[in-house]
Amino acid sequence: MNTPAPSQRFPLPSSLRVVPGTERAQAAYSYLTQFTEADDNRFWFYNSMHFPEPMSAFDMVTAEAAYCALGAANTRVHSLPTTLGIDHRIINGRVYIGGNAVTDPAEIARRTAEFQQRAFYYYANWETLQAQWHEKMMTLIRDAQALPKPELPEFEPLANVHAGRGVASNHYLLDTYQKTLEGYFRMWHHHFEFLLLGYGAYLTFFAFCKKAFPEITDQTIARMVAGIEAEIFRPDDELRRLARRAVELGVDAKFQTLLSADEIIAALQQSGTAGQAWLDELETSRNPWFNINVGDGFYHYHRAWNDDLSMPFACLPEYIKRVKSGESLERPIERLRAERQELIEGYRELLNTDEDRAAYDQMITLAHRVFPYVEGHKFYCEHWYTNLFFNKIREFGALLASQGFFPDTEAVFHLSHYELEMAIIDLMSAWSNGSAPRGPAHWPGIVSERRAALKEWATHVTPPALGPVPDVIDDPAIVMLWGITRENLNAWLAADSGADSNEVRGFAASSGVVEGPARIVKSVKEISRLQAGDILVCQITNPTWAPIFQTIVAAVSDIGGSMSHAAIVAREYGLPAVVGTGNATSRIKDGQRIRVDGGRGVVTILG
Amino acid sequence: MGGKGGSLGELQRAGIAVPPGFVIKTGAFERFIAALERKAPLRSRIEALGSDDLSATTARCDETRARIEAEPLPAEVLDELTSAYSALCGPSGGGQSPVAVRSSATTEDAADASFAGLQDTYLWVTDLNQTVQRVRSCWASLYSVESVTYRRRRGLPEQAVAMAVVVQKMVDARTAGVMFTRSPLTGDRSVVTVEGSWGLGSAVVGGEVTPDRWVLAKITGDISIRTLSEKLIQHVPAPGGGTQSVAVADELRRTACLSDAELQELRTIARKIERHYGRPQDIEWAVDRRTNEILLLQSRPETVWSAKESAPVARPAADPLLHVMSIFGGKQ
Repeated sequence: MNTPAPSQRFPLPSSLRVVPGTERAQAAYSYLTQFTEADDNRFWFYNSMHFPEPMSAFDMVTAEAAYCALGAANTRVHSLPTTLGIDHRIINGRVYIGGNAVTDPAEIARRTAEFQQRAFYYYANWETLQAQWHEKMMTLIRDAQALPKPELPEFEPLANVHAGRGVASNHYLLDTYQKTLEGYFRMWHHHFEFLLLGYGAYLTFFAFCKKAFPEITDQTIARMVAGIEAEIFRPDDELRRLARRAVELGVDAKFQTLLSADEIIAALQQSGTAGQAWLDELETSRNPWFNINVGDGFYHYHRAWNDDLSMPFACLPEYIKRVKSGESLERPIERLRAERQELIEGYRELLNTDEDRAAYDQMITLAHRVFPYVEGHKFYCEHWYTNLFFNKIREFGALLASQGFFPDTEAVFHLSHYELEMAIIDLMSAWSNGSAPRGPAHWPGIVSERRAALKEWATHVTPPALGPVPDVIDDPAIVMLWGITRENLNAWLAADSGADSNEVRGFAASSGVVEGPARIVKSVKEISRLQAGDILVCQITNPTWAPIFQTIVAAVSDIGGSMSHAAIVAREYGLPAVVGTGNATSRIKDGQRIRVDGGRGVVTILG
Repeated sequence: MGGKGGSLGELQRAGIAVPPGFVIKTGAFERFIAALERKAPLRSRIEALGSDDLSATTARCDETRARIEAEPLPAEVLDELTSAYSALCGPSGGGQSPVAVRSSATTEDAADASFAGLQDTYLWVTDLNQTVQRVRSCWASLYSVESVTYRRRRGLPEQAVAMAVVVQKMVDARTAGVMFTRSPLTGDRSVVTVEGSWGLGSAVVGGEVTPDRWVLAKITGDISIRTLSEKLIQHVPAPGGGTQSVAVADELRRTACLSDAELQELRTIARKIERHYGRPQDIEWAVDRRTNEILLLQSRPETVWSAKESAPVARPAADPLLHVMSIFGGKQ
């Protein structure tokens, strides 16, 4: 691999052009996310880990809310000594981010003193605070569930009038909308309350292992720390349970590969008590475990299993087949736990000194303490709450569409959240004034323009990074959350300078060597193209695609570290995986034969 | 009991397969030297040598080795050797059942000062007479210029120098090689590095072939590196005794000389040996051509990295939380 010359750098932000004809769609993103000339002096990278596809105007709310909360936790709440928050910019629907490092030693010292009073309190009281977090999060979820469906009756209901409510229904559109938005921003604060501290404690142990055992793989360290019963495994565990129950209840024949979920459910409803018993089991699983979406939660079209049963149902026939062939689908919890213990003790024994062993014990104890949060939070935040949020917005979309604002419900996601409030107030005013809303003449053209822009942007490759290459990446937030290191950047630069090697390198995420045809999946909508024996090549491997891991034989991704949930699930399934390659989806062609060596982090293009 | 002879016995008791054989203990060497000392002083003359006087050392070593090579074994030592040899190779001995004669000095294999390889190993020894010769040669090798210089420079007492000799049946190896219970590159103790090639291990140890190479995680068995090389030649037993170098068949040159199952078995053996000695080891092994059984030929303490180990990677902190400052505190 070539080491770039110090002068080497990525394209400057000012050299990026908005794709001609999409300027108005670009202007839909708020002014604070538009690149300016001053941004040329900073390093930015494309956050394809969280935002691998061009973002619609509404979905940008996630970047706004998440970075507000991340920055608050780092800068003001825990006072991380060397890093503040993350700035973001958007161009052609792509989100670029840049960290704010603290480099002045005096300032670092001042922030360190604050940090130790704040973060150390969290570490010391982790379990209590985490239990409290769970309560807060469940309250937030219940509040969101309790929000009324936005509706406008012709006349105010008589009951409201007689009760002297004194506030008319149109006001509750704004009230519900603002509460929906407020809840989402609040949820992100909960999300980051523990996250960086958790990753930091894990990374402390990780760095120790790398020093003590220079050749240990990232995945081995992950296996020493990973939980056995983390929430992230539950949805898939439920599917396995449902497959077993289908066989036990004798209704397994109803699950035919070519039938839709609706057809299967209809067939079960006509299968007497056994069919009904299975459907009851399904309800148990759905609440809450099917509140998992088929993406990472950052796109409105990453629908939850509960909203679209086709994903979980598509996986059931295969699981049922395996149950019938006598395979136990139960995850061997006890064995996994024993294996983890064996690993921990095995490595401990290899340390050179008793002092090392004592330090190791201290670090792994803390890593185990924080890890349930690191693994568990996503289910509540990015999945369950986010589904509720997007579905509430969808209800506004349906209401506005019914009033002629949009051609369809989903069009609502092409308005920014600021614009959506305008449209809602438009409707509120029209309802109160008895006049026609202005929206139907205003929004349909804008929506179709933005839809066309998103389609266009998706066909353009965007640089992985922009601006001058920093000498070191010493920002723990960037390293922890995005796995961006100086070595990654060198690899990206080398790939950029037209490397003709047939190798693509990334993090070794899950060991094993496998060959097969590459299937490039750029969006979750393309998942159905995967055939048995394919190797998934995507921008970000996603753990909630877990069930498709029984179809594929290996996974490769552009972005992600060895602690990405994707890597965890790949290990869980025993599939080779290489993550964080930077550019696998652009260098590998669909259908090409490739070899994935997940132990070394190398993908070889065979032809 | 000498180092190498002692090692193999201990390993056998630890449940690791070694080729059948016997040990001529250091007591036999002592009786042999005592007989020589009665005729003329030996050890004191060596000890009197200056550590840097090369010509005097060379002359006295030559003289001492000649005395050893010419001295018959004491009768009771010869009797013991003869009966042990017959038990191992049958009364006719010889041709059908070649043995290896390996030296095992008390100072060799000592973890603090290994001078592995300074003494001799004789392979494919075919009868009792030759075996007796080779035993004497092993003893004589203690008085090579290199060995004596080594001892004199360190001021080791000659009285403590003794040698056991191991006589073992030769293994006709399908595959053989070496392994280290740590990484020779980084010193990492969490990996086992295996190098092997077709045929007898002498081709690998002597550097006549580029071996296949694997790196296995010691605890998990994950294979992180596999490098198959082109193995052009192999050492095999020669018809009249000894070994010869022959070409490897085309189709085997690029074929892995060990299966994954065998690699895992080697890893298990490596862990057992390392745990038994409580320190990293440098191990020679062979896969028996007939039985495919993995046999341990020799294990020595690893010395290069062990000598470097000093400061712990991290020390326990009074407040365990302070460890996180290594991540959050920036470059110290």
